[in-house]
Amino acid sequence: MAEPLLTFTDRGIHCPEGDFHIDPWRPVDRALITHGHADHARDGMARYLATEAAAPVMRHRLGDIALETIRYGERRRIGGVDVSFHPAGHVPGSAQIRIERGGEVWVVSGDYKVAPDGFSEPFEPVACHAFITESTFGLPVFKWRAQAEVTAEIDAWWRANSQAGRTTILGAYALGKAQRILANVDASIGPILTHGAVENTNEVLRAQGLNLPDTIRVTPEMNPKDHPGALVLATPSALGTPWARRFGAASTGFASGWMALRGVRRRRAADRGFVMSDHADWDGLNAAIAETGAERVFVTHGYTQIFRRWLESQGYDAAIVETAWEGESLDTADDAEQQGETS
Amino acid sequence: MYDVATGAGRVVYDCCTARVRPVYARCTQVKRFAALFTRLDQTTKTNPKVDALAEYFTEAPEDDRVWTIALLSGRRPKRTITTGLLREWAAERAAIPLWLFEESYPIVGDLAETIALILPDPEAESDHSLSHWIAEVKTLATLDEPARKARILSAWNQLDRTERFVFNKLITGGFRMGVSQKLMTRALSRATGIDEPDLAHRLMGDWTPEKVSFQSLIVAHDPTTDLSRPYPFYLAYQLDDGPSSLDAPPFDWAAERKWDGIRGQLVLRGGEHFLWSRGEDLMTDRFPELAQLRDHVPPGTVMDGEVLAWADDFPMPFNALQKRLGRKTVPKKLLTEAPVILYAYDLLEWQGEDIRARPFAERRKLLESLANTVPPEMPLRLSPLLDFADWDALAAIREDSREYASEGIMLKRKDSPYRDGRKRGDWWKWKVDPLTIDAVMIYAQQGHGRRANLFTDFTFAVRDGDALVPFTKAYSGLTDKEFRQITAWVRKNTLERYGPVRQVRPEHVFEIAFEGIQESPRHKSGVALRFPRMARWRHDKPPGEANTLDDLKEMLSAYG
Repeated sequence: MAEPLLTFTDRGIHCPEGDFHIDPWRPVDRALITHGHADHARDGMARYLATEAAAPVMRHRLGDIALETIRYGERRRIGGVDVSFHPAGHVPGSAQIRIERGGEVWVVSGDYKVAPDGFSEPFEPVACHAFITESTFGLPVFKWRAQAEVTAEIDAWWRANSQAGRTTILGAYALGKAQRILANVDASIGPILTHGAVENTNEVLRAQGLNLPDTIRVTPEMNPKDHPGALVLATPSALGTPWARRFGAASTGFASGWMALRGVRRRRAADRGFVMSDHADWDGLNAAIAETGAERVFVTHGYTQIFRRWLESQGYDAAIVETAWEGESLDTADDAEQQGETS
Repeated sequence: MYDVATGAGRVVYDCCTARVRPVYARCTQVKRFAALFTRLDQTTKTNPKVDALAEYFTEAPEDDRVWTIALLSGRRPKRTITTGLLREWAAERAAIPLWLFEESYPIVGDLAETIALILPDPEAESDHSLSHWIAEVKTLATLDEPARKARILSAWNQLDRTERFVFNKLITGGFRMGVSQKLMTRALSRATGIDEPDLAHRLMGDWTPEKVSFQSLIVAHDPTTDLSRPYPFYLAYQLDDGPSSLDAPPFDWAAERKWDGIRGQLVLRGGEHFLWSRGEDLMTDRFPELAQLRDHVPPGTVMDGEVLAWADDFPMPFNALQKRLGRKTVPKKLLTEAPVILYAYDLLEWQGEDIRARPFAERRKLLESLANTVPPEMPLRLSPLLDFADWDALAAIREDSREYASEGIMLKRKDSPYRDGRKRGDWWKWKVDPLTIDAVMIYAQQGHGRRANLFTDFTFAVRDGDALVPFTKAYSGLTDKEFRQITAWVRKNTLERYGPVRQVRPEHVFEIAFEGIQESPRHKSGVALRFPRMARWRHDKPPGEANTLDDLKEMLSAYG
């Protein structure tokens, strides 16, 4: 074999034999997209391929694009390789992309999490020879607790605020985290209000058949007093702004894997931090990698150096790959793009 | 009587509201303390913190109250175990190699927290008092290493994450919990009905939880029983808009230069002397030359002033003093190389009487007459009052600050009492503008602790022909938003990685502000800056317009 199945370029991960890129960050002819977050699905590609479930959000965000869809598990021949998409458990529609040529299999996992969230299609391990993994939370200090426990904490906080006459404002990503919270909180505690960026995504996901409790979009005309005891789902960047101050007496919280670190929690200056991530924790990363049976592992965004060294100590042939993917940052490009709509 | 060890005889209240705990129906004891910690940690607002603490000071067992006061005022049980061993045992228990622990620690930024996070979940549970765990920590000192290890591992295995964090803090020290002494005093005042300034004074000095009870320290306390006890320091606010923004005319104010030494309170009582730092460290032994003052200053005197290294009737550069800070005892050589004096500026106690309530002008008069009786070869000087007719005249004096090795001007209202803590209104520091230089960012490193996922630690260079010469690091000064911006930029513009350090495209110019510059053979550039920080991101300047090594050297000869 002359060339490796995938190469790493300054446009993105490239498959020479199929002549396509995966989640490229510069314009290319053909882009295979793992999921709709802004650092993975970018503007400017001539053609896109993504899962059916990821497509509506991509269309919503990127407008009128040439987008083909594919079902999970469906095999498609592109150039000299076979391609298929498999659930990554990250957000609804998110996929790991499997590429095969003559029995050799590589998997690009994009962003993923292993534990089911009761909302996204659960992660499926895919056997391969080379696995491309993120390492956003690739340190042994990151260990997520069961989702039910975290959700119970959020419910208890919301209930207590509601009884004390305070509004509950929770910051979470507009795509994925916000809906995951929606789908899991106890909606009988009170009304749920949403930031415009969150509600736009809700509408897209509801239209494709996902089941979410009723929500009320926050508009400039709305009087927050009409919704006492409400839970307000906001984008992280809306916390602490005039948009959030309209709710008067409020307790603010933030849901992110970074909330595991006390220092980050304090910097964020929210009242409460809930440790909830759509990325795999330490044990999740290790379990996922082990299950692929891969010998070669390429580490993308996150604690790349440390995680690579760890993998090498575990006997893997590991290398670092530079990408423009961001993993879970506290303030995403997603927010910035959608701020203007409502505030 | 309520039994501290078992909690028997007490109505148990539910302090679990702070966090959902499916396992425990109720919680007491160390869980109460952990719950207090969680409540304090879960809010950034002052009032809920005071509420939580006041409640705790009302309801917790008395021994635990005293220990909590001690921990929150920086008194901790003696360290009985090295952090090196703790790291080793934690890594072993977590089944990870030590290097991985060591790599994780700086990212978390706190050893106690790193250990708490990295350990597997506990297999047992327990509910002992805070005092029990502190006793346990102290017992470790008497045990051999295998026994210590067994005790620590057993403790880790019966405490949940928050409790473990608290326990680790007890072992490693440095408990801050986001509660200032001021805030704790307010809560204690609410719980006991004792005035805050009075409480602040009771909490000063050389007490330890082993030697006092809640009764003797707080309730029935007579501050005069402890000879060494200092008064709470009065701290000045920064004057940002110049003295014309003050609400009183120049005549109402006394002005002095602001000295760049170590704030110290010299207590002379009963034939002994004690020197306290602002952080309530006893520094008496570090500055033995001050002992001579016992022969010339009567007992029952307490002075506030600045400890300065002093030669030829002039303050020496701060790093002369710095050499003396790191050591408990001082070799003779250093005593002659960097002798210190107390540059006195206030008198708090005179002839055994607390005179803090008297006006500054009166205290100053007394201080002057006292200083006049002390022979000139003694290590005591008066910080001179500045003579100025109006604010413009004072501004002109301030311009000369650097020539006097001073940081600016202190303004004290003539009729003001000596207050406690940082209180606005009577004392102001009007610092001289910092020196600045425009430099190019060349290396970036991720922060830790509260800045774990941002690039916040940068190395800056000046130009030297075509080359860039690194000369300083800086970590602070940008807004959170700017740190996020630069973080995104660093990710996309990394040229090379050296471990955690990234070399970045030399594209961005920052204005670096600093307080002083000194020659330093240890640095490539030959200079070391004092308190460097990023004053501004110069989006308007290309790297070709950054300052040069020659500019830096010129600053060194002017201000070094």
